[in-house]
Amino acid sequence: MSTHYGIYGGQYVPETLMPVLREIETAYREALADPGFVAEYESLLRDYVGRESPLCPARRLSAALGGADIYLKREDLNHTGAHKVNNVIGQILLAKRMGKTRVIAETGAGMHGVATATVAALMGMPCTVYQGAVDVRRQAPNADRMRALGAEIVAVESGSQTLKDAMNEAIREWVATAENTFYVIGTVAGPAPYPEMVRTFQSVIGRETRRQMLDRCGALPDTVVACVGGGSNAMGMFAAFLDDRDVRLVGVEAGGEGLETGRHAASINGGRPGILHGCRTRLLQTPDGQVLEAYSVSAGLDYPGVGPEHSFLADAGRVTYAVCNDRDAIRAFDALCRYEGIIPALESSHALAEAIRLAPAMPKGSRLVVCLSGRGDKDMGNVADWKARHPDYRFEPLEKGSRHV
Amino acid sequence: MSDRIRNAFAKARRRGRAARIFYMPGGFPDRAASDTLLDILADEGADILELGMPFSDPIADGPVIQAAGQRALAAGATLRSVLEQGRRLRERHPELGLVLFSYANPIYSYGPEALCRDAAAAGFDALLLTDVPHEEEAEFRRPAEAAGLDWIPLVSPATDPDRAALLTAGCTGFVYVITVRGITGERTGLPAGLGERLAALRRVTGLPLAAGFGIADRAAADAVAEHADGYIVGSAAVRAADAGPDALRAFLRGFR
Repeated sequence: MSTHYGIYGGQYVPETLMPVLREIETAYREALADPGFVAEYESLLRDYVGRESPLCPARRLSAALGGADIYLKREDLNHTGAHKVNNVIGQILLAKRMGKTRVIAETGAGMHGVATATVAALMGMPCTVYQGAVDVRRQAPNADRMRALGAEIVAVESGSQTLKDAMNEAIREWVATAENTFYVIGTVAGPAPYPEMVRTFQSVIGRETRRQMLDRCGALPDTVVACVGGGSNAMGMFAAFLDDRDVRLVGVEAGGEGLETGRHAASINGGRPGILHGCRTRLLQTPDGQVLEAYSVSAGLDYPGVGPEHSFLADAGRVTYAVCNDRDAIRAFDALCRYEGIIPALESSHALAEAIRLAPAMPKGSRLVVCLSGRGDKDMGNVADWKARHPDYRFEPLEKGSRHV
Repeated sequence: MSDRIRNAFAKARRRGRAARIFYMPGGFPDRAASDTLLDILADEGADILELGMPFSDPIADGPVIQAAGQRALAAGATLRSVLEQGRRLRERHPELGLVLFSYANPIYSYGPEALCRDAAAAGFDALLLTDVPHEEEAEFRRPAEAAGLDWIPLVSPATDPDRAALLTAGCTGFVYVITVRGITGERTGLPAGLGERLAALRRVTGLPLAAGFGIADRAAADAVAEHADGYIVGSAAVRAADAGPDALRAFLRGFR
């Protein structure tokens, strides 16, 4: 197997984990080749997650903007409210197949933690979730959900007490317990084979979208937009279109308060190659190679690295990576609420903001797909807090052809 | 290949004991106090010193070394400052074996070739990268060996003999034998089967074997010394250093 994507990827882990990674890779390859495994995965996606998820035309939003017809891939309608569960089901089925008796996970905003706690409950496996102490407080409703689902939460007090430190602590636990414990990584990062494995389990998003577009329109989309933190929803969406050279693929990074302020989470646009959490990728870091804390209004995008395949696709020019700051994400959040009656996650709102920017400049009748990766109920408090801190902000209705965002 | 590392093991063997190896993060607790602590380590019996480059995300370390590294970084430690510390230490302790101990990213960020050249010039003897396994080592090991630094391989309880042979092939210096599955930190007692593991390793490599992780006191060190050519003390030494120069001196005398 290739463990690298150009100069990115790899397996930068302590020696103790190398035999573990080999064991996972072997089991993963065998599982994918086993029709029984694939059938069980697909039936859980159908019966438990509620797939396939709709591809929903955003008619009022498209009409208000003029230009492209916008379609929303509704991952927000999945059980647990986001795309994360697709990957978790695949990994926990694999853990069971390998005879592991316990799962651990890292989480930032809590969506991956909730998905892991959920599927662990379904499978009857003990689950421990590592979450930065700051995030446990910031994301209290999700911590409550995980506990209700029977998971143990470890509030990580080291470092910046956020997602990267939660991942550090999960890896430390994994090094000590890998003989019976499976580490469910939530994004397309970490050491090989995780980036490939997570992409595979998320690629259902892109496969469905491609078929739904062909069924509905008889044509592929012209542009596909997805938000990128670690980048799992984007990778799952883009994977189906990488060979369709006419389909423009756009990843959207969190610009926070603006690239120039240094308070952002744009690892591709604002970082440089480095090594963190088992892989080489583009990384926010000091000139001395110390990893910086990321910032975004959206806790789910708040990670100083990014999946190594995204770094590769950026260098290769196949995917364009845009940056959307907090304010534009909030405006896109408001727009989808008011124009479509859908409350999007703040993560997904970054993708929506880029779609709102691109659509008016696209020809009438062209097709733009946005991956609506999650629902926004979890973000009501974050949005209210942001607005309270920015009293100058006011949502203004979109006008035809307007470039408000 | 470093004479100093080889001599450190040879000297200990002649004296009928294991080589004493201590780990200390550079720049801890701050630049000025750190030099004093490193001198004490060298004066009070360290045959080899692993001078650590602190990292923001130390996934292989327990709480004591994590906290010490973060304090050193907050006090301004950089790879450049740690190299300078190495240079000063070398001037005062010409025979001390000196290992630069780091995670991959600070080295990668500096540039592996420039780093290995500068480390060798500063007087370091070896390079050890805790999150760079055999499969990823080429871009670090090649420049290290070209600069005359030993590349120190790590083997763990998860490493089978075939893989251990692969990891240690062509290496000079010593083998860092991780005693347990897990991270750095003080533990009580030694894991069962360490003697057998070391004996199995001797069948695949002629390099000196130094055991580390969890060795907190003289009793543990003596138990390790029955099987190994050297022992490595990290967290317990860092904790003693945190209590000040006198505490560190007293701690080290316990091993002499």
